[in-house]
Amino acid sequence: MTLRFFCLALAVALPTPAAFAQAAAPTAPVPATGVANAPSASPAARRVSDTMAERVAACVACHGAEGRATTDGYYPRIAGKPAGYLFNQLVNFREGRRDNATMRYLVSNLPDAYLREIAEHFSAQNPPYAPPQPPAASPAVLERGRVLTATGDPAKNLPACAACHGSALTGTAPAIPGLLGVPRDYLNAQFGAWSNKTRRAQSPDCMAQVASRLSAEDLGAVTAFLAAQPVPAHAAPATSAIEKLPLDCGGVPAASAANPASSAAAAKGAR
Amino acid sequence: MKRALQIAGLLLFAALSVLFYMSWLAEREPHVPGVAASDGAAQVARGRYLALAGNCAACHTARGGPAYAGGREVRTPFGDIYSSNLTPDAKTGLGAWSADDFWRALHHGKAKDGRRLYPAFPYLNYAKVNRADADALFAYLRTLAPVSEPNRENTLRFPYNQPLLLAGWRALYFRPGVYENESAQSAQWNRGAYLVQGLGHCNACHTSRDPLGGSNLKEDLAGGLIPVLNWYAPALAGEGQANAQSGAAGHVAKLLKTGVSEKGAAYGPMAEVVYSSLQHLDDADIQAMAGYLQSLPPPPAPSPPPAVNPVEMMRVMDAGAKLYAKHCADCHGAEGAGQAPAYPPLAGNRSLALPSAVNPIRLVLNGGYPPGTAGNPRPYGMPPFRLVLSNDEVAAVLTYARNSWGNKGGPVSSVEVGRFAAVPLE
Repeated sequence: MTLRFFCLALAVALPTPAAFAQAAAPTAPVPATGVANAPSASPAARRVSDTMAERVAACVACHGAEGRATTDGYYPRIAGKPAGYLFNQLVNFREGRRDNATMRYLVSNLPDAYLREIAEHFSAQNPPYAPPQPPAASPAVLERGRVLTATGDPAKNLPACAACHGSALTGTAPAIPGLLGVPRDYLNAQFGAWSNKTRRAQSPDCMAQVASRLSAEDLGAVTAFLAAQPVPAHAAPATSAIEKLPLDCGGVPAASAANPASSAAAAKGAR
Repeated sequence: MKRALQIAGLLLFAALSVLFYMSWLAEREPHVPGVAASDGAAQVARGRYLALAGNCAACHTARGGPAYAGGREVRTPFGDIYSSNLTPDAKTGLGAWSADDFWRALHHGKAKDGRRLYPAFPYLNYAKVNRADADALFAYLRTLAPVSEPNRENTLRFPYNQPLLLAGWRALYFRPGVYENESAQSAQWNRGAYLVQGLGHCNACHTSRDPLGGSNLKEDLAGGLIPVLNWYAPALAGEGQANAQSGAAGHVAKLLKTGVSEKGAAYGPMAEVVYSSLQHLDDADIQAMAGYLQSLPPPPAPSPPPAVNPVEMMRVMDAGAKLYAKHCADCHGAEGAGQAPAYPPLAGNRSLALPSAVNPIRLVLNGGYPPGTAGNPRPYGMPPFRLVLSNDEVAAVLTYARNSWGNKGGPVSSVEVGRFAAVPLE
């Protein structure tokens, strides 16, 4: 026994394990930013409602009521995005292909069926969009952005955004998201994440290839243009299947395949 | 002078003898013959079930990687340890291993080549698994698709990376031995004890560790802060902090099997344990584990919270009550009654009122979902309040909840909140 105590004493004398040192480090208080959508005040508990809206209370804390977000912050709008896209992202967070500690933590122990239901819930939301951010670039840069989104740059082997994300840039069902109504900071951050491999998709990862071909100037032009565009009224993902994607995308089912995510959402809406 | 030297020599000899004897106890490997299976398919099926009970895949699968191919980091205060490839790949996995080799790893904590394994692989627990179950586990692992995934080097810091230190650690803490039934107890109790102490490796988290990373056996399942993860694993023993003995008999079993009960929800690391392991166990085993846990003697009562300035306390309680009404009462009820199983009760919630406030602090900051299980496939969640409440406000609302409706948890300071706000989520 004395030997054990001796060893313990020795261990105490050894450098403090890093974890505890880290835990003890003081941190600046998180400012109260008054983000909306905290549950409304009510002295008495109301009854639990057996709805998805109630189940996703944890999501709307950041993504906004109904998943609408805003154009001024970082958190992306998830409302109205194609269900297949949202589902893929939830799985990508859970499986570590996307790197966001909060998202990973929240979905870590949730099964596919439930994640699909969450995706369909937000996909079916259609709250109005906030007005776009004022353009943050010169007219020449914005024009370069417009050209890239509409026609791409064949010299750099860059496909047009519209080729996959829809001619109105509002996405293509079931798995390609719209590009409008999303904060520019968020768009820029995603390209950074694709370049750094902290955002990945099922292989082949088409957007990682696009990111690798896009210069910093062109990226700035594209995101400045996209963030300045108003979202058309009744914007919805295009439903006509794309014959042939310019790049292979692991998360997007082939054009010939059935469209289970959107048809499931439609069936749900009809119920 | 000569006599002093003689005494010193004798003492040194005695100390070395004790050390060698302890080391011998840890390292001896008496032969235990393998158990021939009469029905190969049944053995594999049992092995699969036992692998779920041991939650082997949780550590031996990298996030998003192929099952059982290893590569997940296990972070310890001494550095990172990477789990190994358990698939039957000849070069990188267990393809060249025999059932005897596997037994040696599980029961003696040694690799096929005799190298001592780090106890992040909980062989202090797995040593209690009997040979027939070990052989079934191995038979199941042989049926997996081989995955070529080389094992990653551990990144332990000096001096913890020294093999001699590991030998010393084993001499201090490791005594291999299969679980032996206690004849005074029922078969169900013994089954529960076998699962809890063995494959379940519950005390890997629910027993506090000393600074060398050893479990303090005297406080078995009396709860403790999990190193690095910084979640507090509450006491499982007796009328302890985890409600184990206070509820109806079914409460603990329900929590283990579905992740929620009328008294609480599994969150933090326990959510993963329920999701990937416990929900897959059959009802008899769950009942056995719950019954065993409820039979354990209670740990000593925690010391009462420190005295606080009553004026300051009143101010904080008042602020906390307003915040509670605004942000919490909607789900958890004005009187903390909750709406189980969706929203756990806070009145009488021992997890909330633990001496360490780390769990409630992290839950308020980060929110969370209980696991989505077959018994609770669409769990309700707690929103993260990190963006809504300041550290002062989190401290106030928790101080209020920990000291209302009969709870006696003591105050929470904003310094504590700030400390745990900085801890990574995984």
